[in-house]
Amino acid sequence: MKEKDPEKEKRKIKSAARMKEIMTHYYIEAKTADQSGKKVAWITSGGPVEPLIAMEVIPIYPENHGAMIGASKMGKDLCEKAERMGYSSDLCSYACSDIACSPINGGPIGGLPRPDMLICCTNICGTVLKWYEIQARYYGAPLFILDTPFCHTDFPEQAKRYVRRQLDEYMDFLEKVCGRKIDYDKMKEVGKLSIEGQKLWKAVLDTATHRPAPLSAFDAFFHLALIVTLRGTAQVVEYYTLLLKEMNERIDAGIGAVENEQYRLLWDNIPIWYRTKWLSEKFASHGACLVADTYTSAWCGSLEYLNENDFIETMAEGYSRIYLNIGIDKMAEIVISLIDKYDADGIVMHSNRSCKPYSFGQYDIQKIVREKRKIPSLIIDADMVDERFFSESQVETRIDAFMEVIKGTSARE
Amino acid sequence: MTHMDILEELKRHPYEYARKYKSERGRPIVGYFCSYTPEELIFAADTLPFRLFGTGEHIRLADTHLQAYCCSLVKGALEDAMTGRLDFLDGVVFPHTCDTIQRLSDIWRLNLPLGFHMDVVLPVKLNALSSRRYMIDVLMEFRRNLENAFRKKITDEALLDSLNTYNRIRLLLQKIHDLKYEYPGVIAGEDLHSIMMASMIMDRSELADVLERIAGDLESRKNTSPSPPGERIVLSGGSCNLLDIYGIVEEAGAAVVGDDFCTGSRYYEGLLTIDMNPVEAIAERYLTRNVCPAKHSGLSTRADNIISVVRERKAGGVVFVLLKFCDPHAFDYPSLKGALDQEGIPSTLIEIEDQSSADGRVKTRLEAFIEMLKRKDRKEGELSGAGK
Ligand code: SF4
Ligand code: SF4
Repeated sequence: MKEKDPEKEKRKIKSAARMKEIMTHYYIEAKTADQSGKKVAWITSGGPVEPLIAMEVIPIYPENHGAMIGASKMGKDLCEKAERMGYSSDLCSYACSDIACSPINGGPIGGLPRPDMLICCTNICGTVLKWYEIQARYYGAPLFILDTPFCHTDFPEQAKRYVRRQLDEYMDFLEKVCGRKIDYDKMKEVGKLSIEGQKLWKAVLDTATHRPAPLSAFDAFFHLALIVTLRGTAQVVEYYTLLLKEMNERIDAGIGAVENEQYRLLWDNIPIWYRTKWLSEKFASHGACLVADTYTSAWCGSLEYLNENDFIETMAEGYSRIYLNIGIDKMAEIVISLIDKYDADGIVMHSNRSCKPYSFGQYDIQKIVREKRKIPSLIIDADMVDERFFSESQVETRIDAFMEVIKGTSARE
Repeated sequence: MTHMDILEELKRHPYEYARKYKSERGRPIVGYFCSYTPEELIFAADTLPFRLFGTGEHIRLADTHLQAYCCSLVKGALEDAMTGRLDFLDGVVFPHTCDTIQRLSDIWRLNLPLGFHMDVVLPVKLNALSSRRYMIDVLMEFRRNLENAFRKKITDEALLDSLNTYNRIRLLLQKIHDLKYEYPGVIAGEDLHSIMMASMIMDRSELADVLERIAGDLESRKNTSPSPPGERIVLSGGSCNLLDIYGIVEEAGAAVVGDDFCTGSRYYEGLLTIDMNPVEAIAERYLTRNVCPAKHSGLSTRADNIISVVRERKAGGVVFVLLKFCDPHAFDYPSLKGALDQEGIPSTLIEIEDQSSADGRVKTRLEAFIEMLKRKDRKEGELSGAGK
């Protein structure tokens, strides 16, 4: 066996083992749902999962599946398979790789469990609508769409009413598919746990405001899975409490995610799943830590609209005003607030050809940030899952050049 | 100049038409995208609704706002706006449809001081009770916003007039298309294309008159028109930029006898009910009309529709037209093709990058497809002959 590097061992996040355990258990339970008699619902990452938890339906996240496919480097293969099925290579690779998995039980976990229903919330993109239609047709399962009108500049009263009405339609839909009534007391409890989980997730991310940051965005990409998939359960609360404790201990012990952290950067867009390790090492070799990102912070970004004592009534707004469902100027404001909060020296933007609503507008955000905060930015052209769109040599050159600029600007200060 | 000449001229120089129109009539011009823009309301405000297709002239400025993986319609329109080619506009309306238009709206709002900017965020799903109510709310708000922008009340009377004009236009477009489908030789595909383009740009009252004359002309010469090319084709897919695919298909030796384009049948099908609240009538039409892939009204509506169009028009096959980087249409393509396969309806796919990219390859592909249809026809002919 290879000697373990003590320096690396020290920086490893110990809670990760527990996290893996929870996720493994979750997928085993989901994959054996037919034996336990529990129903399975496929749901979008930004979708309202709380009613499902209250109904004891197992939520499955095809986007999380996409991320797993990317991380296990199966993206290229599955995307090519999707192309042979007729899907253009220009489409979202989460969607394409997931769609390609279905008929062959492909991917890292041998396919997702068959859905009894699909819940699609449009607050992240129009792609999920198409993706869920395709899967609803394939599996012959009922589809519920929660339509959250896009908030270019505001969230008007009529939109709020509309989403609120749909929440009732959602509950009706669930009761019909499950064949029983929803327990509203349980729902209240789940709502509280959901908000508590989001607050803890926020607290975990907030620890990176310390120098050195005890966790990096790359760590956050990994630990994010729980707030996405099991939001509303006690498990999430329990796990993030543990993680938070570990982060605070690291702060006390002066352990940073990156050895000798000198520069602090912000990440924008979905990770490049098949290259997270390479990227994190690349930046670390320059003494740079990606201390925060616009992606993982989206799962605690609408806390201000939610009220734990009135979850159902405030859900409409909470689920509509999320990072991808607002105008570019509002997104730029959030980016700037992250820069200030985490004291970032620069911003790395992943121009992700898969995700148009996330990527179109990045050039404008870049410009706004340049004007308002005068910090350098780097754009990396890639795709989150499909390795065919990643050129290592090109990205490497650009990161090196960017880091030279960062070092120059920081030295001048 | 014949009526067709007028429309063709307009197709060739839409922006010149707009400028001239504005200086001569002094009427405001409102740019818009997509057939989910409630034009009837814009027209009722005594302004000219002017659909933006982008000219596709070489992109320079738009590249500093949009990545390479953005569709040419959106890029082209942004380029036109940034280079000042659209300076005749008094404002622009963005309906919420695809993710790309959604971000275009933001980029436009932040960078282009071209009069007013309105987002019309219609529902994405159209088959729920809640969406109907919301649709009406949004349309009423749009009406108020227009009134504020033009400091002018849109009376129910004006709106009713507008609805009537649109019904007249749509009926005439329907009639012209019906004639074309029954007597494919009566009008060239290319001319049909000019008609569609002009319909979304020209002064609507004048348009109605011109269409009336054209329909009359066609009616009178339908029986003497040259006999049409053999194969009958239905077009499907995305044509946000209203590419002249009609002409290309006919050049390859077939006749277009149907489509499900938002710049085609979806533009004119479905009449507005006159004896109800006019805003609700507009909503009703959107809720019942054949659906765009960026909206939802059931899982098989689009497939059912295209199959019934093929059957009704006795078409031999379907040509799918996809604009590169257009997500909603690209996602629908495999299932639509699958549905056609199941019905034994042949289809082919052509992908277009921009207006100028319908090149030799596309033509070769179409010719091969049409050749295949002909062979299939002959074979079926022989088979049925042998069975006698
Ligand atoms: S388009 Fe973007 S937001 Fe939508 S599913 Fe794909 S990656 Fe997610
Ligand atoms: S062509 Fe497609 S992507 Fe482009 S604006 Fe139209 S629907 Fe959107």
